[in-house]
Order: sequence, then C-alpha cells, then structure tokens
Amino acid sequence: MKSETGFDPALYDRFPTEGERPEGELEELERIWCAPKGWQLLAAVNNNYVGTFYVGTAFLFFVLAGILALVMRVQLALPLQGILPQETYNQFFTMHGTVMMFLFAVPMMEALGVLLLPQMLAARDLPFPRLSAYAFWAYFFGGLCFFASIFFGLAPNGGWFMYPPLTGMAYSPGINADFWLLGIGFIEISAIAGAIEIIVGVLRTRAPGMTLDKMPIYAWAMLVFAAMIVVGFPSIILGTLLLELERAFAWPFFDPTRGGDPMLWQHLFWFFGHPEVYIIFLPASGLVSMMVPTLARTKLVGQNLIVMAFLATGFISFGVWSHHMFTTGMPRLSIAFFSAASMAVSVPAGIQVFSWISTFAVGKPRFNTPTLFALGGLITFVIGGLTGVMVAMVPFDWQAHDSYFIVAHLHYVLIGGMVFPLFAALYYWIPMMSQRALSERLGKWVFWLMFVGMQVTFWPMHILGLMGMPRRVYTYLPGRDWDTINFISTLGAFTIGLGVLLFVIDLARNFRFTPDNDAGNVYGGGTLEWLPTGLYSTRSIPVVKSREPLWDDPDLAKNVEEGRYFLPNSATGLRETIVTSPLRAEPQYLQIMPGPSVWPLLAAIFTAGFFIIMTIQAYKFSFACGILAIVCVLRWLWDTDRLVKEETVDVGAGIRLPTYCTGPSSHGWWATMVLLTVVFMIFVMAMFSFVYLYGVHPRFWTAAADKWSLLAILPAYAAAAGLALLSRHMLAREKTEHWTPGVLFVLAVCALVAGIGIDFWSWLRSGLLPTTSGQGATVYGLLSLESILVFIAVLMAGYISARNGRALIVRPRNNSLDLCVLFTVYAALEGAVTAILTRLFPWV
Amino acid sequence: MQPAAANTGPGWPASIFDPAGPYAGSITTLSWLLLAMAAGVFLVVLVALWVALFGKHRLQKRLGGTRTIWIGGIIFPVIVLSGLLVYGLSLTRNLAEPVPANAMRVRITGEMWWWRVAYLDARGQPVNIDANELHIPVGQPVVLELESSDVIHSFWVPQLSGKLDMIPGRRNILPIQADRPGTYGGQCAEYCGGPHALMGFVVIAHEPAQYHAIMAARRTPRQQVAGRGEQLFRSTGCAACHRIAGTDANGIAGPDLSHVGSRSSLGAGILPNNRGTLIGWIGDSQSIKPGNRMPAYKMLPAQDLAAIATYLEAQK
Repeated sequence: MKSETGFDPALYDRFPTEGERPEGELEELERIWCAPKGWQLLAAVNNNYVGTFYVGTAFLFFVLAGILALVMRVQLALPLQGILPQETYNQFFTMHGTVMMFLFAVPMMEALGVLLLPQMLAARDLPFPRLSAYAFWAYFFGGLCFFASIFFGLAPNGGWFMYPPLTGMAYSPGINADFWLLGIGFIEISAIAGAIEIIVGVLRTRAPGMTLDKMPIYAWAMLVFAAMIVVGFPSIILGTLLLELERAFAWPFFDPTRGGDPMLWQHLFWFFGHPEVYIIFLPASGLVSMMVPTLARTKLVGQNLIVMAFLATGFISFGVWSHHMFTTGMPRLSIAFFSAASMAVSVPAGIQVFSWISTFAVGKPRFNTPTLFALGGLITFVIGGLTGVMVAMVPFDWQAHDSYFIVAHLHYVLIGGMVFPLFAALYYWIPMMSQRALSERLGKWVFWLMFVGMQVTFWPMHILGLMGMPRRVYTYLPGRDWDTINFISTLGAFTIGLGVLLFVIDLARNFRFTPDNDAGNVYGGGTLEWLPTGLYSTRSIPVVKSREPLWDDPDLAKNVEEGRYFLPNSATGLRETIVTSPLRAEPQYLQIMPGPSVWPLLAAIFTAGFFIIMTIQAYKFSFACGILAIVCVLRWLWDTDRLVKEETVDVGAGIRLPTYCTGPSSHGWWATMVLLTVVFMIFVMAMFSFVYLYGVHPRFWTAAADKWSLLAILPAYAAAAGLALLSRHMLAREKTEHWTPGVLFVLAVCALVAGIGIDFWSWLRSGLLPTTSGQGATVYGLLSLESILVFIAVLMAGYISARNGRALIVRPRNNSLDLCVLFTVYAALEGAVTAILTRLFPWV
Repeated sequence: MQPAAANTGPGWPASIFDPAGPYAGSITTLSWLLLAMAAGVFLVVLVALWVALFGKHRLQKRLGGTRTIWIGGIIFPVIVLSGLLVYGLSLTRNLAEPVPANAMRVRITGEMWWWRVAYLDARGQPVNIDANELHIPVGQPVVLELESSDVIHSFWVPQLSGKLDMIPGRRNILPIQADRPGTYGGQCAEYCGGPHALMGFVVIAHEPAQYHAIMAARRTPRQQVAGRGEQLFRSTGCAACHRIAGTDANGIAGPDLSHVGSRSSLGAGILPNNRGTLIGWIGDSQSIKPGNRMPAYKMLPAQDLAAIATYLEAQK
C-alpha cells in the first residue's frame, strides 16, 4: 500500500491494543470536554451543543415560514378575499421564500453537518469550533431580527428574487428592501463560515485509515455542498452589495438610463440561485444514501456512481442559471446551451434515484417511519424532476414560467428532495442525541398527513399554472376556473400543517437532549456515528478499514469504548483531535482545539447589530457595533495559535505525532485557502459585472484613468507581496532581531495602502464619479472591494505587531504570520488585477 | 368594494390547452408530448420501485446491482432527453423565425399596473394610442414590441403565445397570432409590486374586414360634444393624467382614454366595462384595485360621476 505522508500503514496493525488502559483517562476526557453549566452554556462551542441549537433554530424557521404559507393559502382559498391585504400578502410571500431558502434550508443542512459530521468521521469536534459557534449565533440573532420585521410591516416585499428596478430606491423607497439586502447578505457570511468548517472538517479530520473511498457518502455530499457554497454564494454577496450601493448612494449598477442593466442582477442572482437548489438537495440526498442501506439492511448499490453524480451535479449546476431567464429575450444560442445543460443535470439525479431503488431491491426493507419518508421523498422528487425536464424545454417554459406550474414544480423538488429526507433523517438520527427515540406510531401519522397533504396541495397547482394563473398574486378574479382548484390546494396545505404539528408533539413528548446517555443505534446503522459517544465523541478514534465498520467488525464498539484505538486519553490535557491527510487519512499531527468562549457569541451579537442597525440607518450605533465585533473576533483569536510544552505526543500504541504544524499541511492554511477562494469568487463576479455592463452599454464608457499611474500602483503592490514574503522568510532565520518580521509585515501593509491610495487618486483625477455611470459604479465597486481587503490587512498588521511584541510569533514558523502573509499576497494580486482591468476599457 | 363576484376579466378562462393560433398551438402540442413523457417515465420509476419493495425475488435480483443504475439512471434518461432536446430546439427555432417584415406592429409598454398600447405604421410611428386592450385581425402574425417604462413586467396571453418579459432599457419582440375571432385574456406574469395580481390584458381578434373598419373609424376625427361631463373631466383634473384624442386633454401618466367607451374591460382587464363599473371605478378605484396610481374621487357627487361616465362612454 502506498503512503501519502510517509506514514507507515503497517502501524495500523498495532490496533486494537492489548491490555487495560490506566484508570482515570475517561474521567479526564469527560472533564476536559464537559460543557459549561447554566447560563454559561451559551458559551459552549462543542458540536453536540452548537449543532443541536442550530438544527432547532432552523426547524423554528421552517415552522414560521410554514405558518406564513398557511395564511397565504387561506387568502387564496377563494377569489377576491380580503383576509390578507395586498401589501401584507406581498411581504408574506417574499418572506416565505426568503426564510425557507436562507433561514431554513441552507442553515438546516449546515446544522446537520455540524451535528453529524464529527461523529461520522470519528473526530472529536469540527476543526474550528468557535467559528461554528460564531456562525450559529450570527444566524440566530440575525435571522430572528430579520423575521421580526414582518410584525412591523417592514418586511421586504420585492419577492425572494428581489429584481431591480422594482427593488431600487425609485420603486421601493422604504427600508423593507434594505432588510432583505443587509439581513440576507449577512446570513450568507454565516453560511460561508459553515462551508469552510465543513470542507476542512471532511478533508482533514477523518479517522485514520478512512481513505476517500471509505468515506461515508454523506461526507461526500457535504463536501460538494460546501464547495458549491464557496463558488455560488459570492455571487449573491456581490449582488446584494451592489444593489445596496445603488439604493444608498445611487451608484447605477442596474439603472439602464445611466449605463446599468437590470439583467445584471438576474445573472448574479441566478448564478447563485440555481446552484442553491442543488446546494439544498445534495446533502439531503447524502442523508438518504446513508439511511437507505440501513433501512434495507444491505450496502448501498453504486456508491461510486453516486459520488460521481454529486460531482457532476455540482459542476453542471453552475451552467444552468439562465434557465430562469428564458423569457427575458435571450439570444437563441444561449437558450440552446442552457436548455441542454438543464436537461443534463437531471441525469445525476436519475443515478441517485435508481441507486436507492436498486438498494431496496437487494435488501429487505423495513417499513418504519424513516423508510416511509425516504420513499415518499423519492416519489415526490421524481415528479418534481420530470416537471423540471418539462420546463427545461424552452417553448414550454414560455408558457409555464412564472405561473403556478412553477410553484408546483419547485415545491415538488424541494419538499421531495429536501423536506421529506429531512424528516426521515430526524427520525433516524434523533436517537443519537436523545434519551428516547421518537414514536414510530406517531411518525407514521406524521408521514401520511404530510405526504397526502403535499400531493393535494401542490399537484393541482400544475393545472392552475397551465390555466393561466400567474405566481405571486395576492388574489385572483372569479370565473377563470381557478376557484375549486385553489380551494382544494388550501385543504392540502392544512393537512401538511397538521402533520408538522403532530411532529412537534412527538418532539415534545420524546425528545430529551443528551450527548452520552442516548437511545443509541435504533435502526442498526453501520457507520461511526453509531459508536458509543460522549461530548468528546468516541472514547478512542478507531482505524477505519471499510465503509460500514460497525457491520464488518462486531468488536469495534467494545474496543473503541475500552480505549484500544487512537487517542484513548487527552495527550496534552487539552481538547484535541487528530488531523489526517486529505486523501488517505494518515495521521499527521494533533490539533489543539479551543474550548468554550463567550467571544464568538459576543462577536455574533455585534455583527448582527452592525447589519440590522444599519438598515434602520442609525449609522453611529451600527459602526460602534462593527468595531466591537472586530474587537471580539480579535480577542477570540488571541488565545489561539499557541504552542504546548510537548513538541510531540504519544497518540496510542507508541505512535507519536507533533502538536504544532505550519505551512500547507496545517488546517489553518486550508481554511485560509478556502476563504481566499470565496474572496476570489466575489472578485470574479465583480469583474464579470464590469465587463458585462461594458458589453451592454459601451457608449457610457467615457472616462479613462491615467495609464501611467500603473507605474506607481503595480510596484507598490509588488512591494507589498515581496515584503510580506520576506517577513515570513526572516522569521525562519536565527540571526535576525525578534521584531524584524513584524516590522516587515507592517511595511508590506503600508505598501498595500499606498497601492490602493494611488489607484483611487488617479480615478478621482479622471473626473469619473461612482454615480456618473455604470462605468463609474463598477470601477469604484472594484476599488471598494480591494479597499475592504486592505482594511483587513491593516487589522492584521496591528494584530501581528501586538503578537510580535508579546513574543507570540515563534520561530521558525508561525501560523498567524503565515496566514496573514498569504492574505496580503493575495490582496496585492487582486489589487494589481483591479488596477489593470479598470484601465482596459475604454482603451484611450 | 371589490369587483362583484360575477365580474371576471373578458377572455377567461384562458387555458394553454385551448390555443387559438399557431404560436400557442405548437407549444400545446409540445406540452401534451411532455406530459406523456413525464407520465411514462414516472410509471417506469413506480414499477421499478414496486418490484424493489414487493416484487418477486427473481425480479428483485435482476433489479439489484449497478446495471440498474446504468440503464435506468443514465442510458434511459440520456436517450429520452436527447430526443426531447432536438425536438424542443427545432421548435424554438421555428417559433423564433423572423416574421414577415410587413407584418402589423404594435408597441406595448408595461406600466405599473396597466399596459400602454401603440399601433405603429410601417415606419414605426404610432398611429393610434390605446390601453389595456389590443385588437388584431385573425389569420396573420402580429409583431409586438414589448417595452417597460418602470419595472419589469411580463406579457402573457396564454392562448396566443408564450410569455415574454418587458425590461426597462430593452425591447423584446413577440409574434402572436389568432386564427379564430374571439376575446383572449392575459395577465402580467412578472411580479411588479403592489396590485400585480390585478394587471390584466385583453386581446380581441376580428375578421380582417371588421378589424379594418374599427381602425378606420378610430382614424376619423370624432365630433366632441361640449357638455357637463367634458367640463368636469377637465375641472376635476382627469386631463392631467389622461389623454383624449382631439381634445386638449393631454395627460400621459395614465391610460389613454380616446377609445375607452369601446373597451370591453376596465382597470386593466379586471372589470367588464359598463356604466355601473365605470362610475364605481372613477369614484373609488382604490377599493377595486388597491395601490393603483389613480386617486379615489369620493368627494364628487353621484351626478357628477355619472356625467363623467356619460362623457367617457361616448369615447369610442
């Protein structure tokens, strides 16, 4: 067997170890990992707690958005009803879509990842517990404030797609639209934090021996899910930023009279918006692929094909965004491309469906609640997929688009593809977190009510759409043959509501949270999350030799529990987990993990405050919150990146691992690279906006900045990158003064400031203002993005200087300095590309 | 007051399964084909699932294995989808074929929440202005130039063609055709804020001779009777927003009323046009179509409202 890191796989044969483990090890683990009590539980960062809070909050938003839907269905039950006034209805449907997509579906999938992944991978926790806590609390406070806007009539009313010009200042002068832009813009940050956590967690904290092909299929789904967030979300982050700039400062990105274009928003929105559907579907599909083998009591048929399907879905889904724009008068060639791609994306879905069918055929399925939900989801999803193929046919879409046919289609896809699998998963995995499993008897009722209700609600909507009923209407006229169908649909909606209510009752009766004394492996799953666990996850971390280790090694649970595998104790007396290599999961080093801290919570509160208070235009308070948020983040970081006494420790069976690691194999490096990918994607979308607007309205491109200024800007950025790299180099040298790296880094950041400063100055001299035209808006937009990076680099310079002063930048290599250098080099590159690109058009 | 229960916009129901011309017709054919495809594939999946769960052991054995995934999940969909794609794209091409250059052209501009209609001559100049209603001759294509003056709207008359968006700063071209005389209802399909739900449209197709007679009548100058209604129309400010050809009422913010008396509907396709609804609309359009841009005129006494209505009914 080949090795990836030089680790000798023969060492795995030392496990399970012989002999009794010393007394007190388990007690020490429990002491180290125990959660704070009482109010201080809010400072908990362990994934068992954060994950459970997270799932609970996402479910709360599901119920809230569902209640909005029920009220809307009452309004539409009969023609010309006055139960919901027009404006309220418009706010309700906007909130229903927005909350379901941004506050329920995506967070729920991340929440389940936080809860399940460490257990499935037998890691002690996710690699950045405080980041998870921050992401959760930011989402919690931000989401609740956002939702509360509906009680004050201030909820957004421009639809979840927020098309300008309707959402521009001229047609939406109130702060409703700002709630959407700032509220959602900020929840996206939380989603990205979660994605970074998941990518690094899946690739670097798997149990030793869990090579990629032995990785649970759910981890594959989550990996693709997180990668899609990293690629897709930047587009909407940039979009919300541009629209808010247009609203607040009249930068005309979307105003066709000044060289903007409303279609730019649609491109940015759907480049995120369509992959979003698969972002929601893939993790749910991963959950089903985990459950079906257990429920059918056999191995998953075609696991490799499913992994390929995940990858293909992720890839193709970024080539289909324009199928939401078939009715905008697109050129015929692009229509053909997007139509073909939209059909192609259904092939990977077919692979997954037939894999589940085949697995059921091989096994002996038990008809318990998770099975019913999985089957109900499959049938519903197939119908949604088929109507999806129908609307991928462009001429048919010209009729169906923006009609109730689409309402039916998308609910079939999302409820069949995500909601039913989610309920299956809740029934299946709750015994892992609760003293009692949920009730099978109630569960079957829940299923049948939801399943029948779903079909009764949404199937008739296909007909409504083909009979000419448009979407997003607060009422309709009688005499159009829509009355009876709408009434039936409303009856169905309440049937679903009844099912969900019954589920809540089931939860209240049976769900009793516990991390260790849980109901256990009720359904007989074969993957690692069903090992006996405490807050520290498993007592020892097993060597993984197959995809379903619990089925293949009956002694595994006992040996793990008796500490006969990796890390049966705490080697350093701190929270820790084993970081393994990305492909073959060979142990590389021991990561020291941070414990409970109130700083992520405070940082989240102030971040939420910054955005929410900004919407009501109390700028002083908003900026005060922003500064406090930065202080809290820096404070939480301050404790991290410290050396422990022991350079290497015994992680079991005499295998020694280092306790500190720098450079490209450290988890911090990986997280920074993912973060830089996000930043780069935002930059790519900004460059796209610039080139796109130039292509649409070249006649507005009149001003030109001095090209000779490049002779100053480019050297400044080059100096920034060079000095940053030099600071890293000098740290490794024995002879230099201890303060040299810090000083060099500060100089590097000064050069960055000089670069962006000269660039701004030369554009201001050209006479172009951001409000002048689409050119001005996009040029200053690009410069603003670079300014944000430079601002962050300035914060880093202060942080590095402070750590340097306290002798925390330790030779020869230090992660804090490494990562700041990495960021600075990137910022210099982006600055240089910005300076060149903005001067290319018009070429005077 | 909401529109009375008996009131519906003219031209409804308007199902896509009852097409009135070739553009909608070929999509209807495609729709039936797609529905048959969807039903067929769904049946295949259901049967496979049934066998997997309850079937004979021998059949289950044949179903269990990656071969099933290759056949059911890859080969079968690729064949079905390729066939559909080829057919769909050829249909797209036919539907997007340029219509004859001498076809009749009409510019329709989306407004919050009504439609401005301008019949164009061969040079693209407006020869007749109207609102919310379009008259066309049967049996020939009519080219619509779709524009918007505020936010994005979408023009959709299901029995005549698919929908096409009206986007500020752009002009989209949509050919429609009716092959039988009749009234065809439509409605804005892109959410445009406020009373988007009540932004309807009516297309009326006539035999060519009748169509030409209507248009000819519109071109002959009409004799205006000076009366109380006409005075009130001016003195209460109607003329600030509405235009009536041949008078000094020249407002362009609201729908052109030169032919309002001949329209089949009021309030952008949501009320039948008769004396009662006309008086009701002028007096309090806000209770019929909340949020529309016309203020309520509740302060006008009933006889004044009736006089204005009489005047408007005469504008054929």
